[in-house]
Amino acid sequence: MSHEQFELLSNQAVVGCAVFYFAALLAHVAEWAAARTVPVAVPVGVGASGGGDDTEVVEESTAKRDRFARLGVIATVVAAGLHLLAVVTRGLAADPIRVPWGNMYEFTLTATCVVTIGYLLLYRKYSLTWLSPIVTGFVLVILMADALLLYDPVVRLPDALESPWLVIHVIAAIIATGAFTIGGMASALYLVKARWLDRSGEERPQRAGFRGAVAAMFRNYLARLPELTQLDRFAYRVHAFAFPIWTFAALIAGPIWAQAAWGRYWGWDPKEVWAFITWVVYAAYLHARATAGWKGRAAAIIAIIGLATLWFNFVGINFFFGANSQHSYA
Amino acid sequence: MSEGTDTTYGEDRNRAHEVAPLAPREFGRWAWRQLTSMRTALILLFLLALGAVPGSVVPQESVDSLAAARWRDQHETLAPIYEKLGLFSVYDSPWFSAIYILLMISLVGCILPRTKIYLTAMRARPPKTPRNLARLPEYRTFTTEADPEAVLDRARQVLSGYRVDRHEGSVAAERGYLREAGNLLFHVSVVIVLIGFAVGSLFGFRGGVIVVTGGTFANTVSQYDEFDPGTLFDAGGLTPFSFSVTDFDVTFATEGREAGMASDFSAALDYVATPGGETRSARIEVNHPLTIDGTKVFLIGHGYAPDITVRDADGEVVFSGPVVFLPEDTTFRSLGVIKVPDASPQQLGFRGEFYPTAGFSMETGPVTVFPEAKQPLLSLQVFVGDLGLDDGVPQSVYALDTDEMEPVKRADGRDFRVDLSLGELNFTGDPITDTVTLPDGLGSITFNGVEKFVKLQVSRDPVDWLALTGVSLALLGLLGSLFIRPRRVWVAARREQGRTVVEVAGLDRSSGGDLADEIEGLVAQLEDRAHMEDGR
Ligand code: HEM
Repeated sequence: MSHEQFELLSNQAVVGCAVFYFAALLAHVAEWAAARTVPVAVPVGVGASGGGDDTEVVEESTAKRDRFARLGVIATVVAAGLHLLAVVTRGLAADPIRVPWGNMYEFTLTATCVVTIGYLLLYRKYSLTWLSPIVTGFVLVILMADALLLYDPVVRLPDALESPWLVIHVIAAIIATGAFTIGGMASALYLVKARWLDRSGEERPQRAGFRGAVAAMFRNYLARLPELTQLDRFAYRVHAFAFPIWTFAALIAGPIWAQAAWGRYWGWDPKEVWAFITWVVYAAYLHARATAGWKGRAAAIIAIIGLATLWFNFVGINFFFGANSQHSYA
Repeated sequence: MSEGTDTTYGEDRNRAHEVAPLAPREFGRWAWRQLTSMRTALILLFLLALGAVPGSVVPQESVDSLAAARWRDQHETLAPIYEKLGLFSVYDSPWFSAIYILLMISLVGCILPRTKIYLTAMRARPPKTPRNLARLPEYRTFTTEADPEAVLDRARQVLSGYRVDRHEGSVAAERGYLREAGNLLFHVSVVIVLIGFAVGSLFGFRGGVIVVTGGTFANTVSQYDEFDPGTLFDAGGLTPFSFSVTDFDVTFATEGREAGMASDFSAALDYVATPGGETRSARIEVNHPLTIDGTKVFLIGHGYAPDITVRDADGEVVFSGPVVFLPEDTTFRSLGVIKVPDASPQQLGFRGEFYPTAGFSMETGPVTVFPEAKQPLLSLQVFVGDLGLDDGVPQSVYALDTDEMEPVKRADGRDFRVDLSLGELNFTGDPITDTVTLPDGLGSITFNGVEKFVKLQVSRDPVDWLALTGVSLALLGLLGSLFIRPRRVWVAARREQGRTVVEVAGLDRSSGGDLADEIEGLVAQLEDRAHMEDGR
């Protein structure tokens, strides 16, 4: 196949995987909608009076729920395959062929792929059903934005980027970014659930119709999220995996490459500054988890700040300071 | 290891809330405890992150001095305030230094006592079996026919990798002692990195120089265009090498969507490592510097240097040679100036653009259509007067000081412009020649050809390996700290009504630990074995 054909194939694979992500998202929304009848938030006493009937409803909807969940995961697996195909063919489309991360479009394409694959790998071990709608929705939205706003045709890499350290640096940065993103989702859910638990004592008017159904779906979703301590622990595990990789990417491989390309290990270029900021914020997160008064909620907020700095570095720096940064992919 | 930290640090942390005592001695101890508390470390980390932000927003002197100067010109009211706040060199500013120095003090104050505690804890035996195992976070119990002693022997075997103590009727085990070591190694390495940085920037140097192909460079301070030495750098210690740039190659893609993109830069150097030594040849490329006795020469940029001759009215040559024009963008439209102090009757100055492959339209005027010098065009404005070279103030070779100069005018009163090509350009019907005679008997200027120049960076960091070693050790320590799971396990077995009751309990001392699986596994192995013995 020619390079142009590979490029076309890559673009088509992006469209294809977006369709499957969308299908997966629908399936997961249906899964949580189907869960509506499960009497999780049923006031005590109601269940006891109509015993037999209730159990039947529960069983039926659980089966339906599982079916949707499975459909969603299957669609996500297909989407991940197409997504990976899009990444690989993007690399093959360049002449000479190269690693597919020469610009923001390609970087985002690959990082979202890592998010999906990471989620699928951990799905079973940590029973991540609760993460499914978040991951599929997130990846779908980011991928669409990537294709619509950041798309760039394939070109060769500038000389400065042609170094094995670039490959190592960027692979590590992308894996860490994907993992931090998953960890950030768990931290965000932690905050949402904590807030919901705080307010669950309050009386709230029951809404009818569509809005009521959506609210009920949300309630069910939140009720079925793992316990706060488990969410926190999952978030920690993922962050603890990502942090050393980020350390390696940003503070070892990056500087080695910068030394070879520009004659200095560290030059406080905007990209480097923000990689450093991200590192420090995540170090603060790990500290916070071990500091009285900062565990839990404060730590989760710090993790989300860390994720914000990470993505800002990716997208924001290129947009706002592109001209100032030696890293800018213009 | 929240529990672990609580035992070693909890005390300090709790006391850190106390109100400041007034007696100097007590106050000192109080302040020290505050500074070395986890809370302070956390806040200082935040301040460090926050403090780094302005450096990415305001142009930094040390990163891009040109951009910083431009910014100053554009923001006349803000610039002095920013200057005071050190915002043009955030990372050397007193307040940024204050943050990281406090953090380092806090860090050392944190490492030392922890190391002391660790040195004793390292040799400690697992804690005695608690009386009530059921109260521990993980707890299982089962009964078996096997003898209690056999069960405990078996537990001892299964708990390989643990430090195990056998007590009366129970086994106490602990593992993961290295976690704290990893954590300490990590924090010590952070200090090493900082020392590496400090030493490098104190004793090293970095310089930039532009050399036209065919030109030479000797490694002395005066030959650098920019020279940025460390505070304790000894200029006499510059490695006495010299080199000439014999050739520079670059390939521009000519078609497709990458047209105009430059790649495969390489410069050929002939260098002499010590005066009088033998001449060696080398090629340097982006990502492939040349190292001479620990000093590195990097290729970081390139551009064009048109070769110009200026003659006075009598035809005497008053200036001749290549002039560096600095590229403005990737099309290599370049700006430069030519200063002719020896011109008579008055000094001459030229300022203008160089277009490597010129195109022209009435709307845009001259533009570059391709970055390679295929159809070069020079378009210059001419000034006469005093170049200001003699008043002792050093001048940039890339800027013309026109305070004491007048633009040369045409008869119709408009500015006189010199357009020069190598003879093949003709946009408006008038061919553009390679020589133009200046009005008012000022002489003539000739465009002889185009040379290339390379921008080289020369640097030496005597301990560049130190910071990198530090980071690598930090990573190693971090892996230990995050992935070694310190945990304690107890197994108790006693005879009760003719059967053996076995209790297994565990405590995870890491922040991410999930002990259930491991306890489950341990129980399975013990039960299994016990059943086998039952069956016998
Ligand atoms: C340059 C500043 C610092 C950086 C970058 C830093 C970074 C880190 C990181 C990444 C961890 C996570 C490792 C783990 O969870 O095991 C950690 C843990 C820890 N740090 Fe720091 N640290 C710094 C300063 C300090 C200071 C000043 C203290 C003393 C108050 C301190 C005390 C601790 C303790 C006790 C832990 C263990 C936490 C736990 O058990 O999870 N650190 N540090």
